[in-house]
Amino acid sequence: MKTTFFHALLEEAEKDERIFLVVGDIGFGAIEPFRERFPDRFLNVGVAEQNMIGIATGLALSGKIVFVYSISNFPTLRCLEQIRNDACYHKANVKVVAVGGGFSYGALGPSHHVTEDISILRSLPNMTVVAPGDPLEAEGATKALIQQEGACYLRLPRAEEPQVHPDGFQFELGKAAQVQDGEDLTLISTGAVLALAAEVTQALKESGVKARLLSMPTVKPIDEEAILKAASDTPAIVTLEEHSIIGGLGSAVSEILAESSGKKVAFQRLGLPSEFSSKVGDQDYLKEHYGLSKDKILESIKGLLKLV
Amino acid sequence: MSENILLAQKIRQTVLEMTHRAGSSHVGTSLSMADLLAALYGGVLNVRPEEPEWEERDRFILSKGHGCAGLYAILAEKGFFPKDWLEDFYQNGARLAGHVTNHGVPGIELSTGSLGHGLSVACGMALAAKRNHENYRVFVMMSDGECDEGSIWEAAMFAGFHKLDNLVVIVDYNKIQSLGAVKDVLNLEPFQSKWDAFGWNAKEIDGHDMEKVESTFAQIPFQQDKPSCIIAHTVKGKGVSFMENELLWHYRSPDKEEYKAAMQELGGVQ
Repeated sequence: MKTTFFHALLEEAEKDERIFLVVGDIGFGAIEPFRERFPDRFLNVGVAEQNMIGIATGLALSGKIVFVYSISNFPTLRCLEQIRNDACYHKANVKVVAVGGGFSYGALGPSHHVTEDISILRSLPNMTVVAPGDPLEAEGATKALIQQEGACYLRLPRAEEPQVHPDGFQFELGKAAQVQDGEDLTLISTGAVLALAAEVTQALKESGVKARLLSMPTVKPIDEEAILKAASDTPAIVTLEEHSIIGGLGSAVSEILAESSGKKVAFQRLGLPSEFSSKVGDQDYLKEHYGLSKDKILESIKGLLKLV
Repeated sequence: MSENILLAQKIRQTVLEMTHRAGSSHVGTSLSMADLLAALYGGVLNVRPEEPEWEERDRFILSKGHGCAGLYAILAEKGFFPKDWLEDFYQNGARLAGHVTNHGVPGIELSTGSLGHGLSVACGMALAAKRNHENYRVFVMMSDGECDEGSIWEAAMFAGFHKLDNLVVIVDYNKIQSLGAVKDVLNLEPFQSKWDAFGWNAKEIDGHDMEKVESTFAQIPFQQDKPSCIIAHTVKGKGVSFMENELLWHYRSPDKEEYKAAMQELGGVQ
């Protein structure tokens, strides 16, 4: 989705001269077209993330719409206080983009595992958090964040994930996108595990379980209406994310369900345990290890449905 | 006496009133920078109190956000907001918080309070001016202890490399940080040569010698293509004999007797 993001950014930058790109010495093979087309609206600050967010805030407070690009936890956790105090508090137009959500950089080790970002950033006031599920969502989210006032976080996977939505899909910030309807269960996913969620939904269908699949790219603000509708229409809800089960999509959905006055639903969060991976391996290997594979997800869902 | 000396004295008096009334700390830091603030707002900064968001204004960031009382005092004195806003400073329901906060407060460019943030944001503003071919300048007042922060040196390296000669740092070098003397906690020296080595043109001055302060500001930028740094040697608690060079006054709020004695020294009305 990196390519999709840069393509959309370049396209929008042609139309809006406020758009500025700041990178932290990251983006080889990706940032070059923007740098060549708009040298005056491009800045590589070097390997200095705290300074990067501060500078982005200064540019934003001077009228720019600033996309800050890096990978892994570098543009978020390393400079979290700058994001909080400088960007969020001042409602500055700083759009933090991190490539490498979840185990994208699996074999590079725990320093590069982006597994708590949604949780941490979601708790910041004035922050919008988006994790696109397919290239169409990534394109739509990039454009939507330009229009969204204030600080935003865009979590991208590393690879070029398959398209899940049909051509002509319209992304709407803060809204769930229904991929498929069903009445036995609702599966809600955020981020690049959407393709996996679609495979699971298909496999369930083949075994006679009609699952509704909601893609929830915007984790903050969360689409409360879609969650409550799912609780009303289906007897079970399962959330799926390549992220810690603490504080991410699963938590956001459970917060809505726990405080709703609607009927009780069976509920399960599928994600990563709160631990550093002790295994070395690529994204698929680590996902399999932590139960984020088609078969293991099907097993979990079938277990939950027995309780319904 | 020059008008700016009188202005500085007025700021010190107001700071004492505010901190005494509020029972708040950080008196010493507001007193040490009072002369520098008076020179800045007394003629250096190109700002319009009646139009605080005027696009061509010089930007001033107080990165040492704990010195907010001094900044609020001078902004009120200059008419950015009514003086009665100072009366409930730091109290429940007040407009003005105990660190620099710009929400609803005209004239404040950036909210601060956690050290080491202001210079990076200032770099962004200065870079925006360069890229937009605008002539405003960006001033940042920092504390000496603040220069322990790594982010300051990330920003210092950036500003030097990018030749931001529209950027000015003033270090209120009062020699005392939270737990002791700067030279004992984490010595900054050699300080001027650090800035020079990072691509700045740095000058050391007596931050209480108003003529020297004014003439130094008049030379900005000190050198084309380089950001300017003024290392202002100051005295923490300046102007009140029993507060000068005393760590205690980083924390303590003047009680009634101390307030009266301090105001007497500053020639103010109690």
